Amino acid sequence: MARKKIREYNSKTLLKVHAARLGGLDLPIRVAQVKADTDFGALVTAHPWLSTTPLVVKPDCLFGKRGKHDLVGLKLDLAGAEDFIAQRMGKVINMGTVSGPIDCFIIEPFVPHDAEYYLCIQSTRAGTDLSFSEAGGVEIEEHWDQVRSVSLAVGEAVTGEALAPLLATLPLELRPGMEAFLATAHAVFTDLDFTLMEMNPFTLGPDGAPFPLDMRGELDDTAAFRSAKKWGDLEFPLPFGRRLGPAEAAVARMDEGTGASLKLSVLNPRGRVWTMVAGGGASVIYADTVGDLGAADELGNYAEYSGGPNAAETHAYALRLLDCTTAGPDGRARALIVGGGIANFTDVAATFKGIIQAIRERADAVKAARLKLFVRRGGPNYRAGLDAMRALGSEIGIDIEVYGPEASMTGICKLAIDHLKDSDARDAKAAQ
Amino acid sequence: MPTSPRPSAGRYGQAGQLFTKQTQAIFYNWFQKVFFGAEEVAIPQYGSTAEAAKAHPKADVFINMASFRSAYESTLEALQLPTIRTVAVIAEGVPERDTKHLIAVARRGNKVVLGPATVGGVQAGAFKIADAAGTLDNILACRLYRPGCVGFVSKSGGMSNELYNVIARAADGVYEGVAIGGDAFPGSTLSDHCLRYQNIPGVAMIVVLGEIGGRDEYSLVEALASGAITKPVVAWVSGTCATLFATEVQFGHAGAKSGGDDESAQAKNAALAAAGAVVPASFEDLEATIARVYRGLVDAGRVTPARDDPPPAVPEDLAAAKRAGRVRVPTHVVSSICDDRGEEPTYNGVSMSELMQGDATVADAIGLLWFKRRLPGYATKFIEMCVVLCADHGPCVSGAHNTIVTARAGKDLISSLVSGLLTIGPRFGGAIDGAAQYFKEAVDEGWEPDEFVEKMKKRGIRVPGIGHRIKSKDNRDKRVELLQRYARTHFPSTRYLDYAVEVEGYTLQKAANLVLNVDGCIVGMFTKVEIDSIVKIGYLNGLFVLARTIGLIGHCLDQKRLGQPLYRHPWDDVLYTK
Repeated sequence: MARKKIREYNSKTLLKVHAARLGGLDLPIRVAQVKADTDFGALVTAHPWLSTTPLVVKPDCLFGKRGKHDLVGLKLDLAGAEDFIAQRMGKVINMGTVSGPIDCFIIEPFVPHDAEYYLCIQSTRAGTDLSFSEAGGVEIEEHWDQVRSVSLAVGEAVTGEALAPLLATLPLELRPGMEAFLATAHAVFTDLDFTLMEMNPFTLGPDGAPFPLDMRGELDDTAAFRSAKKWGDLEFPLPFGRRLGPAEAAVARMDEGTGASLKLSVLNPRGRVWTMVAGGGASVIYADTVGDLGAADELGNYAEYSGGPNAAETHAYALRLLDCTTAGPDGRARALIVGGGIANFTDVAATFKGIIQAIRERADAVKAARLKLFVRRGGPNYRAGLDAMRALGSEIGIDIEVYGPEASMTGICKLAIDHLKDSDARDAKAAQ
Repeated sequence: MPTSPRPSAGRYGQAGQLFTKQTQAIFYNWFQKVFFGAEEVAIPQYGSTAEAAKAHPKADVFINMASFRSAYESTLEALQLPTIRTVAVIAEGVPERDTKHLIAVARRGNKVVLGPATVGGVQAGAFKIADAAGTLDNILACRLYRPGCVGFVSKSGGMSNELYNVIARAADGVYEGVAIGGDAFPGSTLSDHCLRYQNIPGVAMIVVLGEIGGRDEYSLVEALASGAITKPVVAWVSGTCATLFATEVQFGHAGAKSGGDDESAQAKNAALAAAGAVVPASFEDLEATIARVYRGLVDAGRVTPARDDPPPAVPEDLAAAKRAGRVRVPTHVVSSICDDRGEEPTYNGVSMSELMQGDATVADAIGLLWFKRRLPGYATKFIEMCVVLCADHGPCVSGAHNTIVTARAGKDLISSLVSGLLTIGPRFGGAIDGAAQYFKEAVDEGWEPDEFVEKMKKRGIRVPGIGHRIKSKDNRDKRVELLQRYARTHFPSTRYLDYAVEVEGYTLQKAANLVLNVDGCIVGMFTKVEIDSIVKIGYLNGLFVLARTIGLIGHCLDQKRLGQPLYRHPWDDVLYTK
């Protein structure tokens, strides 16, 4: 439920299809997508231009600056394109702080061109910001002073007058075509629930029709319930470099299948401090606190559950989290912070029921991983919930410390980290 | 009710107080009876927002509980009504485009939108939106029944309640608290509410809990820097941990994402501090910071701590007391044949999946639900045969005739069916229980068949189950033959059947057209032990009713299919007499 990046292939396809529908513009966009399992024969049948025009090939994995990393193939024929892709498909590359394998490519006709324009449309609180420059392209940052912007209010018509400041220095004969293109791109942006649409650059084709060379887009995925049909068969890929482990993938599936919210991101699978916190707001604060206490490296995950998941959902969720928390026991102590604020309406006893059942089922793994649990929660029925947690500890013989709303929300973070320090000290002493 | 004191309409976002003790609100997509103190109150219901607004022109607050699918349309409608001034949108998942439109509409009309994706807010001692601040326990603990001096605003709903508690400990409680929701474009921003609090005399200090992502906090920075806000502001922006993550992590709120430098928590906290807000070193220190600023105001005489008079006692909710085991409440209904409370329903303890895996038939269900036991295969097969054989007997019998007449009157299926079923009784199809009773008595008392028939005649009772209109010795009811054959082959004992057959032999002696009919045969199939309880409660008629329902429905559908007109009985078939 947020702004999600989409592949260049999808941005361009959506633009082509809906520019025709909304603005009567037939943009000369042609794109094909190649993944590891793509059958080139079928692809050429679907896109005959692949075998008749010189091609451009680039990875389409939600990262930019591809030219600067020797990842763009220019003026290739079909065989050359296949070869270019084969040499790079699956290859792990490093883009600053993240690295990951390339798993998707986009192929387009190579079009010689002169002018490179820049267009960016962004969703703002008051409406949209349109930015335009006649000096777009790879070196845009050096010519940033030439970028001009206008802000359009919600519902404001995109007229020549509104766009005039952007096109002021454009040659007169180009203005009508450019106006139509900008207005149409804006119409597509609005109608398809884009939150960001950037073409850097776009150019004019042989007959003067504008089309994007490089393009990126973001969609508002909360609009899926009414725009999914217009979007067609579209994927929201994970950010480049993020691979979902099995537990994360399972939780993501659970999240999609319920009105409640269930999130799990594993940060350090060998971490010793884990969190299972109720609420989007509180969960971030717990992670902050662990970081403040200097245990950032040991933080195993970011996770949250909220929106009233039922006992079965919390049970399934907790099992996954516990599996990550207890994986690969190394003899050292670990801590799980089962935290949360004082709930407005979530029944604490009911959500804890699912968590408790999961802990019970994983009792052996919990003990093997020397996992101590620190619980803090308040809200409707919290006393019954906390009592059940305390009882669980004595029932299955695991270490659980339980606190209610009278304790500070994040106090258990310090307790957890101190516990690890004490435990390490004792272990060291025992080893002597 | 006295007129609510209207807050001064200022520029959008500086409107001051939105709720008072006199506030009237319209709730959308939410009906409950509610308790006010110890009294239960039913809230008037209307079919449309426009109707509700017309009937209650003083209601200027609209609380929208609709889901994300319809929240936009319903909110837009409310915003366009002249009497509505403040709208709270609870739904999470409203598309940004829609929210932006609502913001524009609200702005033009100088109205306030709270949310989307908000749990709501609370005006201490006056008004609470939906689930905000939760249970009565919590409201008492946070002393929300009287106004304190702190104006609070956050993105997170869960954290808002936590902070009501913190503020009740560190200061004298909130005057007003609001959660604006975690979306990228909230209907009203953190700074919008801070500017309102600046204009509310009862608010002495402001506490803000922001979050990584978005630039909302920078409006607050501007307001502080420009002097638009002069009251002390304690602010904390959460999400400092984002710098720990190598790739973007989507946090729980739609607007919270770990990308972009100036949207980071660190940048915003620094900017707020530079503009004059009091920013603690971490969330842990927030409570102490609030306490310090509050005490400073009290010491400087700028705040008189709110009085803490004991609030009136409110009786506990029955549901809460039950859950906590403090009351025992007797039930009003007892039921023993089917339990639907678990993962799947069970018929007398046998689960649906077990039944499906065991290829259960209709008769298995009848066995479990009527006789509370799993019947052996020969018995369920027999019941199925009975049902098949008794499913229909043509359009002329009473039941079918009634159904046909009713269907032809244009009535619905249920009415047509029930009309036919209502003819079942002592003379038509409903004879089984009666037959069972009499035959059982006869066998148990040891009467000879002829003795039995004469006794019945003397009592003026037609031998039940004996006598079918057109069947006779030479024209036996084929159904009876089939059932008898099956019974003798499979049933371990056919004591009552044998007796009934002997009675048949005797009655045939008497009149050639009294022959065992189906009803009497059916009862002959059960053993003594079963008969005892079966007869007393009257199960057996149920078999006929169940079976004949099939035929009656068939007749109803048939008449409709044939498009038959209203039935009128011919005059010449009626003897009109005085």
